[in-house]
Amino acid sequence: MSSITPADVEVGAKGGGPGEPRQPGRVSLGGLSVNLRASGIYIAFALIIVLFSVLTDGALLQPQNISNIIVQNSYVLILAIGMILVIIAGHIDLSVGSVVAVTGALAAVLMVNMGLPWPLALLITVAAGGLIGAWQGYWIAYFGIPAFIVTLAGMLLFRALTLTVLGNQGIGPFPDQVRTLANGFTNGYLGNIGLGPLGGADLFSLLIGLVAIAGMVASQWRSRVGRAGYGQSVEPMALFALKMAAGAGLILFLVVQLARFKNLPWVLVLLAILVLAYSLMANRTVFGRQIYAIGGNLQAAVMSGVKVKKVVFWIFVNMGVLSAIAGIIFAGRLNQAGPTAGNSFELDAIAAAFIGGAAVQGGVGKVVGAITGGLIMAVINNGMSLIGSPSERVMLVKGAVLLAAVAFDVWTKRRAGAAG
Amino acid sequence: MTDHILRMSGITKTFPGVKALQDVNLSVRRGEIHAICGENGAGKSTLMKVLSGVYPHGGYEGEIDFEGERCEFGSIRDSEHAGIVIIHQELALSPQLSIAENIFLGNERAKRGFIDWNRTNFEAAQLMERVGLRENPTTTVSDIGVGKQQLVEIAKALSKRVKLLILDEPTAALNDDDSAHLLDLLRGLRDEGITCVIISHKLNEVIAIADSVTIIRDGRTIETLDMAADSVTEDRIISGMVGRALDNRFPPHEPTIGEEALRIEDWTVYSPSQPGRKVVDGASINVRRGEIVGLAGLMGAGRTELAMSVFGRTYGVHISGKIFKDGRPIEVRTVQDAIRHGLAYATEDRKRYGLNLIEDIQRNVSAAGLSGLSRRGWVNEHEEFRVAERFHKSMNIKAPSVASVVGKLSGGNQQKVVLSKWILTEPDVLILDEPTRGIDVGAKYEIYTIINRLADEGKAVLVISSELPELLGLCDRIYTLSEGRITGEVPRQDATQERLMHLMTKGQE
Repeated sequence: MSSITPADVEVGAKGGGPGEPRQPGRVSLGGLSVNLRASGIYIAFALIIVLFSVLTDGALLQPQNISNIIVQNSYVLILAIGMILVIIAGHIDLSVGSVVAVTGALAAVLMVNMGLPWPLALLITVAAGGLIGAWQGYWIAYFGIPAFIVTLAGMLLFRALTLTVLGNQGIGPFPDQVRTLANGFTNGYLGNIGLGPLGGADLFSLLIGLVAIAGMVASQWRSRVGRAGYGQSVEPMALFALKMAAGAGLILFLVVQLARFKNLPWVLVLLAILVLAYSLMANRTVFGRQIYAIGGNLQAAVMSGVKVKKVVFWIFVNMGVLSAIAGIIFAGRLNQAGPTAGNSFELDAIAAAFIGGAAVQGGVGKVVGAITGGLIMAVINNGMSLIGSPSERVMLVKGAVLLAAVAFDVWTKRRAGAAG
Repeated sequence: MTDHILRMSGITKTFPGVKALQDVNLSVRRGEIHAICGENGAGKSTLMKVLSGVYPHGGYEGEIDFEGERCEFGSIRDSEHAGIVIIHQELALSPQLSIAENIFLGNERAKRGFIDWNRTNFEAAQLMERVGLRENPTTTVSDIGVGKQQLVEIAKALSKRVKLLILDEPTAALNDDDSAHLLDLLRGLRDEGITCVIISHKLNEVIAIADSVTIIRDGRTIETLDMAADSVTEDRIISGMVGRALDNRFPPHEPTIGEEALRIEDWTVYSPSQPGRKVVDGASINVRRGEIVGLAGLMGAGRTELAMSVFGRTYGVHISGKIFKDGRPIEVRTVQDAIRHGLAYATEDRKRYGLNLIEDIQRNVSAAGLSGLSRRGWVNEHEEFRVAERFHKSMNIKAPSVASVVGKLSGGNQQKVVLSKWILTEPDVLILDEPTRGIDVGAKYEIYTIINRLADEGKAVLVISSELPELLGLCDRIYTLSEGRITGEVPRQDATQERLMHLMTKGQE
């Protein structure tokens, strides 16, 4: 009876035999079972940071450089958040670079040429991003054209639109507020305090960091207590404490370094809010669950009553909105909207998602993973330019890392399959 | 001494947890048409897969002698090389290629790597002539009907110099004219000296065409009958197919039957892939609360199609008919509608339609009932865990925890997850499609107990099954379906395997 397929849903490869279970590879480290597939990415990230710290004699982790890495890559990281959701659902979006360009151009026309107040202009731009996403989402979800094709067309369409609007030249400069959002830092509202040998640092930034640490520990603890209360297994106390200490140390280090330089970049604040919001959305909401269900087994999702078309449509609307935000930030940082803006951003965002542990078949992936994947590429970029590597070598290394990350993913899956 | 072209002896094939074939023997005489009959799941297709090398040598026990030589096929290529060609129920043609290209696919008429199109089309035309296919060799396969596509498959087999042709349910998808033509063709091939093995549920066809018939039941050979010598009738074949044994495999159950919960009237569904073909034809059934109703039918009778078309139109086109829930007419256009009206459908194909194999038990259990576990779009994960844990215990799902990945579970435990998922939606009507397929005997008993419990809770249960003993042991009432039509409705006390099998094999008058 393999001829039976749910109506209105394209069925993937014929002979969809029993999907092989994907189980993460595990290694045992001194009694602690470590999920290699889930945590391999973070270990790799740590190793890459250590490697480049050594290669650059510590320049990588200097306050100004950390700030640069965040500000220079913020737009790709924002795109990666949307892209991971698209990829979890089993689709792809090749158009985000062009959407970044066209929304940046729109923002410039509204603010610079038409003189609209900047908050209104931003709102219109973000709404336009949503509309672009709705356009693509319609063709993909309701018309049934593969996302690869629709967004490939979108890549051309929106680049063409950008060139039409801009007439092959940049528009700028942007109002100060927009530039601050893209490029600026929080004010030293509370003045500086001395940190002994580290010199002066911004008190406000430090306090924000402490609040973030407290929030992280509190929420993790609550979740732990909640799980234990319902009789779920929780990790050993020692491991929990170790994780919290590591997390706190990381945030503290980041904040202290930033506070010593120019305080917190606004884009970091924005990024932190987005990562938090989208992680919660992916894990805790019905909508988020349905994204995983669709990517994990499209037909089972249909048969379980998931409104697949609607979910896919909104995933692309969301991608359009995030692309518009990235577009504004990119244009604001350069202080002008240019015709080549966003070139190949789609590839960086897709690479970030896959390096960050997304599965090619969909159904697997995490927002934090995609961010980590993006940061791995950012650190490689930055570290290699610090040691003076030519750009072709940077490209070579990034390509190799992408291939290695996905190869590792496939390998752990196959090994788990053989063991089962 | 008769001349046997094929002898398979002592074939045993085991899948994890299931013995699909046990010591099966099959001897086919040269130049005869040999039918293999048996219920769904009896092991016919498995046997043919062993023969054709789909299950390579070493994966089974027993011996195969073909043309007097011991054969150890490692792949389909090996068996085809020896002259054995199998034509599956789902045709393996490439729809966008021409007839001639399909006939010589993998066996191209080429000169130094370049296809000789004149020779390809000329030889294709000759083969098409032999099978009585009057079409242009360059016609695209998707432009001709299923009956003609079947002929292309046979022409393809002839191009490989076939000695033994195996056809799996060749007429299942064909109309009467095409079927008659195909049977004539097989007689013609026999007269040319090609031996045929045919697997068929249509016993009238078997009687009409076969020279001998081997009956398989529960993975064992029951008997081989010589049609001429034994004066075989349909009744004779049926009694061999169903056997007699019916032991204590079912938990006792006293039904408490209440009001009608679901009624389907004059339900007609057309095939989405073959325009104009009715898959379900004017079917009317009803299920009452507390009642377990069976739906019996052979492969291709339209059982699953009926269920899926009712469950939010997930199968079929041009669906017509009425659905009544608790006596009131309802519209069920989507799966969401179906769930809202208290319908649940547990699929026959768990891995494809039932489960997200890469997720854990908890998330699979909650997949269809997430709205009940959430407020304003936010999932209450603690509650979700509690519910999953409850099913983990009450359904006796054997897994270390609800965080275990579903793809790693056995078939029986996967089925329990599917059932949990649907029970969570608090349905009034459960349609269970092959609830025990691929499940070992012990787990089957557990599933039966769960089904009885659901009925006792006042739910209406419709069970679709290929296993007649299962329906007889479980159901209070059984409908039979044949070629998309309801051909009978038998209360428990009147139901026997023979009676059901007669109704299930009843053709169109």
